[in-house]
Order: sequence, then structure tokens, then C-alpha cells
Amino acid sequence: MKKPNNLRDWLSQWDAGAFNFTDMSFRLPRAQKPEAYTDRAWERELLPEIEQKELRAYQRLYPVLAALLCTVIIVFLLLTVAALPAFGSDSVPTINEVTRRYLEHGLSETGAVNAVAGMILDYRAFDTLGESHVLFTAVAAVLVLLLSAKERPEPRALADITRADPILRATARVIVPAAILYGIYVIFNGHLGPGGGFSGGAVIGGALILYAIAFGFEKLEKVLNLRIYRIVVACALCFYSAAKCYSFYCGANHLETIFRTGTPGAIFSAGLILPLNIAVGIVVACTMYGFYSLFQRGRI
Amino acid sequence: MLQSLWNNRIQCAAVILFAIGFSTLLLNRNLIKKIIGLNIMDTAVFLFLTSIGYIRGRLAPIVSEGAATYSAYVNPIPAGLVLTGIVVSVSVTAVMLALTIRLYQRYHTLNLDEIYMQALREQEEHE
Amino acid sequence: MNFSVNFPLFSVVLCLMSAVISCVLPGRAARRLSLVLSLAVSITSGMLFAHILRTDQAVTYLMGHYPHPWGNELRISLLEPLFAMAFSAVLFLCLLGGRKHLAEDLEPAKSNLYYVMADLVLSALLVLVYTNDIFTGYVFIEICTLSSCGLLMIRQWGRTTLASVRYLIFSLLGSGLFLLGVVLLYNVTGHLLMPDLRLSVSELWANGRYTLPITAAICLITVGIAVKSGLFPFHFWMPDTYGYATPSSSGILSGLISKGYIFFLIKIIFDVFGTNVFYESGVHNVLFAFGAMGIVVGSVSAMRENDIFRMIAYSSAAQIGYIYLGIGISPEAGILAALFHILTHAVTKPPLFLAAARLCDVAGGKKRFADLQGAAWSNHLAGAAFTAGAFSMIGLPLTMGFISKYLFALSAFRANIKMVPTLIILALSTVLNTLYFARTVLRIYGHPSGTPAGVMPVRKQRSYAAAAILFAVFNFAAGVAASPLIDILERGLAMF
Repeated sequence: MKKPNNLRDWLSQWDAGAFNFTDMSFRLPRAQKPEAYTDRAWERELLPEIEQKELRAYQRLYPVLAALLCTVIIVFLLLTVAALPAFGSDSVPTINEVTRRYLEHGLSETGAVNAVAGMILDYRAFDTLGESHVLFTAVAAVLVLLLSAKERPEPRALADITRADPILRATARVIVPAAILYGIYVIFNGHLGPGGGFSGGAVIGGALILYAIAFGFEKLEKVLNLRIYRIVVACALCFYSAAKCYSFYCGANHLETIFRTGTPGAIFSAGLILPLNIAVGIVVACTMYGFYSLFQRGRI
Repeated sequence: MLQSLWNNRIQCAAVILFAIGFSTLLLNRNLIKKIIGLNIMDTAVFLFLTSIGYIRGRLAPIVSEGAATYSAYVNPIPAGLVLTGIVVSVSVTAVMLALTIRLYQRYHTLNLDEIYMQALREQEEHE
Repeated sequence: MNFSVNFPLFSVVLCLMSAVISCVLPGRAARRLSLVLSLAVSITSGMLFAHILRTDQAVTYLMGHYPHPWGNELRISLLEPLFAMAFSAVLFLCLLGGRKHLAEDLEPAKSNLYYVMADLVLSALLVLVYTNDIFTGYVFIEICTLSSCGLLMIRQWGRTTLASVRYLIFSLLGSGLFLLGVVLLYNVTGHLLMPDLRLSVSELWANGRYTLPITAAICLITVGIAVKSGLFPFHFWMPDTYGYATPSSSGILSGLISKGYIFFLIKIIFDVFGTNVFYESGVHNVLFAFGAMGIVVGSVSAMRENDIFRMIAYSSAAQIGYIYLGIGISPEAGILAALFHILTHAVTKPPLFLAAARLCDVAGGKKRFADLQGAAWSNHLAGAAFTAGAFSMIGLPLTMGFISKYLFALSAFRANIKMVPTLIILALSTVLNTLYFARTVLRIYGHPSGTPAGVMPVRKQRSYAAAAILFAVFNFAAGVAASPLIDILERGLAMF
């Protein structure tokens, strides 16, 4: 073994070999033994010896450690669950003044018959603002990954099967308009009954995807290409942020907003909740369709 | 203890599902199975949340006129939280799937170890 | 009410809106928008900070018409605007300093998407810093995860995509644990806003009710955030992530994102559990142990690394260890040191990544140490910036790194049983840090091996020069005149 005699040698030996803690010196890597090609050949060729060992030890230990960890988690969490308040009882800690106000005053304060809509779009609207931007972030991330400059043709087999299928086309002809109509109904009644922007938007997104499967993307592209898509999503989200910013600003500075709660139960009531539901619906529908289109052919 | 576990059996199911999802996400080397594990884990949390909101014999929180006493309805907050959770889970799943598509297009395998080895080889050739 | 308390709301909404608008803008305009935005956020946060410093009163800002426990709130005490200011300034400098590499690494058609992600990261960091609601924190943690993953994977290279997958998997594990912790906490308290949670938790704890679920929630939330920020057993994603991203992204990911999570954790410790409950639950001892192990393992791995980026990344793992070590020591002095170290790391790591990228450019894009021989002679600025950063990481006097090591040592003296191990770890890690940074500095200032490339003049890299100099100035200014900053942090902790 050669001991380092000057700084440069020392550094290059450090680069070439590994740091040995037992004799506190640097050793050169052992010559590689020629070996038959196996599954691990790449590892041998590419990784320094210590990393190889580490990797193998890691791979061997990994399942054991992970299984152990999972058992520990299950036991720990089951013990925790046993100590939790009983399921379905009406004297649990979650039934407190918060729930009470949402249910008793929600109607007069937010105008929404649907207490959940009142909660997510008025009392705790900041969460929902973040939530719709999570969707936007995901679309942007998928765009980063899958938007391809060159046209990637749709997988042929799927297109052939679906385009030529008369049953699919006939069914889609009936279901797509009905589903879109239903989605719009769910969005517009978000403050009156179960539903809202997220569920309605998902229904409309599903209808768009069904249309694209049955009749091809080309027809849909006339009304929904990447440019229009981006502008629609941007407008909906900007409207959302601006409207909520206004209402937060008024709330924090104790000003009255221009939005009125209206008559509870009427379709145009509950102040900002209906327009926000529409904006959310647009974003969700576009997101669902955008995911499908990007996964399928790398563009919108 | 067993009695209270039985009372909270839905939460028990939820935490077991959570651990199954967690282990799948950690253990499996296959990317698609990892994504499935992730979804199981998220769904388990949603099951847990929904079970918190439920109260026996009460109605869904659609406040109709006249019956505006709060003791008639279940807790609306977990429903809102689950909604948020679902949206987050959908977004995250989409990004994971998109990453998987990219890796598969490049390396033609879904196994993380194989992908790692191929990436190392690629880098070696690059340098 | 002073108008400046509206700034956090406006900053967050502006960040979200400019992210959305950047999606339709061309890359160059999106870039300008991001730069202006982060600078503006930094300046307005500074104004808000000055206002709070003057009035010495924490403000609760209603997000809507309803106070807690019904509505949603922001909380503005002394620390929040300070960290918001620091984070947005660092983001600005990262985007500015990495401009050349961004131009090389981004596809022209997608370059606007990078700035979309940068804006979203900024908005998420601001909310994590300001929010007073734990569930809002969760939602923006997810935005932060996805957008930081976007910053990473925008470089379309096989290893980068692989690194993004690993990063995302660990991040999602962390968020799953965090969410379960929040749900448990909600189940036993019925609240989501921090002030009510704190009241309720301390009452339950004092009465001995639901002790196990609260402990479980503390564990899940802490472990979740520790996984996301890369504490020791979960640091495997770090070298790949920081090593193969574009330098600006490495800077943002290591300097800001993991620190944003940790700041949120500190906020949770103070505002949700309360320091009494947290430090009685014993979770801090686990953090202390893993932090200490993280320091040693990170430093040793950094020593063995041959790739300059991966070496800096392992060094980041060690620095994360320091921060958790501080949290583990004590709620006063320890967390003070941890907070100071967050700032130190945020102004030290990004310039190291940026300078390393410049040095690698001189060596023809190679990242091995052997290829970097004498690189600093061809780019004096990058060499100097790297050396300054290395000095701060080692903890030489006059730098911020020295002050944070001093604070860690100080907090160790006040901790009875943890004093000896902390001091040993500090000494050991300083030696290891010195070894591997000295190696790098000796390398880049060594005698050039081949024919020396032409010297890169400063005027050809103006934006980088500005960023590097500002980072160094911050570092030395805060290192020389540390006592006002420490004072402010102490006051802020008392006000938290």
C-alpha cells in the first residue's frame, strides 16, 4: 500500500478510493476481478465497492425493516384507536361549538343550505383556495412531464377499437349530453344540496373524456385546445383568487362585502358560493380532461 | 380494550389499511404498486375521517328550513376535510403516474432497481 | 389596524395569481414576473416586520368574517415576517443566480412552467410560515411537495426523473403520516385552528385524558415532517435530488423547502402542542438522537462522495441533523439555535450549489473532484463564493455558521444530560466538515492540471455576481453583527 507523500497525491487517492476509518489512511481501489455477466453486473461495473456492499445490504435488510416498521405502526395505531372516543356516539369531542355554529347559523351567515358547502367555501374558504391550486399545480407538473413538442400519435390499437365501435358511439351520443347537463345541475345546486364544484366538475370532466374516447380528440380540439384550455383555467382560478382575496380583505378589516346571502334555498343565493362553485367546476372539469389527454397523447 | 376496539372497528380497519398502504409504498419496487399503496393509504385516512363525522341516527348536513337544530345532523367538518383530501390525492396520483409514464418510456421497466441500474449505466456512458 | 398587516394575504394571493398567469405567459415574461414578485414579497414582508418590531404585538389576521374557532386565520408575530422575508429573498437570489443554467436546462417551450412552480413554492412557503390553521398547513404542504417536485423534474434527464420519483415517494409518505396525525388530533379535540388546539390539548394533557392519541398525533406529525425534510434515516433521496436538479432548484429545495417544513413544525410545537406537552411526550429525545446520527452519517457520506453536488447534498443532510438536534435539546435555547441555523443554511447552501455549478462549467460540465482541479482560477468569483460558503459551513468566525455552532454549544451547556453528547457531536462534525470542505477548496484552488481555460470575467455573469455577492454579504453581515438578530429571534420566540 502506497502512503500519500504530497497533497495532490493525497487528494487524488481520496478521489479514487474510499476513506478507511480503521487505519485512517486512504487506500486505492482493488483491481476488479473479471466475472461472468449476471444481473448484478452493472452494479459491479459502476459502483465503487463500498457502495455495492451497501446497496446489497440495503436490499437484503429493506423488506425486513419495512415489515417490522409496518407491524409497529399497526400495533401503535390500534392501541391509539382503542383510546379514541367511541364511534357513532353523540358525545364525542368533535361535536362542539364549531359544529354547532356551522349547523345552526350557517344558513343565515352563509346562505348555503348545504352545510358542507358553506363550510368549505365560506368559513374555511382558504383551504379550498389552496385545494383548487393543488389541482392546478398537478396539471402544471403533468404538463412539465408529458407535454411533448413533437406530435405523439395516439396508441393505434385503442383508437381503432373505440372509433369503430358503434355501441360505444351510440351510447356516448346519449350519455355525454346527459352527463354534462347533470354536472351543470350538480354545480349550480352545490349550495342547496349534496354536490358542488368538485363533484359536478368531475362529472363534466368524465363526460369530456367519454366524448374524446368515442369520437376522437380532433373534434373536441375545435373547442378545447391547449391555448383555450390554459386561458379558461387561468381565468377561473384568477377569478377565484381575486374574489376570495376581496372577501378575506373585507373580513379582516371588518368591512361589509357587496355579496348578499339572499333567500336561503333560492338558486341565486348564498353570495359568493355559487360563482365560486362554477369556477371550481370549470377547473376540475378541465383538470380531469387535461390529465386524460396528456396521458393519452402528450398534449391537450 | 377489546371492547373499545370493537366499538371503533371502522377506525381499526382504517389504521390497518393505512399500514398496508404504507408498507406497499415502502416495500414494493414496482412503481404502479407503489402508487396503489399510496392510494390505499390516502383512502384509509379518508375512511378514518368519515367515521369521525358519523353520529348514529342523524341526517346528512343539508339544513332544511324548520329543523335547524344542530342535534339533527352529523358533523359537516370531516366531509369537507375528506373532500380536500380526495382532491389532493387525485393530484398527487396524477403526478406520480405521469412520472411513471416518463420513466417507462425511457427505460421500459417499472422496477425501481432496474431503472436505477439503467440510469447509472446511462450516466456512465454520458461521461 | 395598520395597513401593512394585509401584506401576507396580498402576497399569498399574488403568488397564486402570478403562478396561474405565468402559465399563459412566454418564458421570459414569466421569469421577470417571478423575480419582481419574490422581491416585492421580500420588501413588503420587511415592512411588516418593521411594523411588528415597532409595535411589539402579534396580530391575528382573519381570513374571512369569522374568528377562531370557526374561520381561518393567519398569525403574524415577529418571526413570521422575518422568515417570510428571508425565504423570498433567498428564492429571488436563487432564481437570479442560476439564470444561465436555467436557460440551458429548460426546454424553451416549457420554461414558463418553471416559474409557475417557483411562484407556487413561494406561496406555499408563505402560507406555511403564516398560517394559524393546521389543515391549511397540510393543503399547502402538498402544494409545496408537488411544486418542488416540478422544480426538480423540469430538467428532463433520466436520473433527474428518477430522483423526482424518489423525492415524491418520500414526501408522500411524510404527508400521509402528517395527515393521519392531524386527523387524530381533530378526533380528540374537535378543532383545527392552532389557538383552540393548543388550549384543548393542554387541558386534555393536564387531565390525563386521551394521552395516547395525543402522543400518537405528536409522533405522526413530527415523523411526517421529519421524513419530508430529510432527517437521517430518510435522507436517501437527498443526494440524487440535489445532485441532478438544475442549480437554482437545488438551492431552493435544500435552502428553502425543507426549512419551510421545519419552520412549520416549530410553529406546531409552539402553537398546537405547546412546548410543555411536546417536551413531556419524549418525542424530542428521538429527534435529538436521529439528528445526532444524521450529522455523523451525513458528514461521513459527504466525505466519501466524489461528485461535488452530491457532496454538498450530503452536507445538507448533516445540516438538517443540526436543526433537529437543536429542537431536541430544549424549547428555548435549542430552538433558538435551530431557527438561527435555518437562516444560516438558507443563505449558505444555495450559493454553494450555484458556485459549484459555475465551477463545473469551467471543467467542461464534469462534476467529479478530479476534474475540478484548479477550476477556481478560471472563475474567481465562483471560487470565492464557494470558499465563503465553505467557511460558513465549517463555522469559521465572522460567518453565520460560527454563530449557529456557538448557539448550539450554548444550548448544550444548559441541557443537563445532553450536554456531553451534543458537544462531542459538534466537535466531530466540525472536524469532518473541515475535512471535506477543505478538500474541495484545495482542489478548486490547486494547480490546474490541463491547459487552463480562459478566465471568466465578472461582467459576463452579472446576475450571478449580484446573487453571489449578496449571499456572501448577508452571511458575513449576520455573522459579524449577530446579536441584534439573536435578540429578535429570542423576542420572536417569546411572542410566538
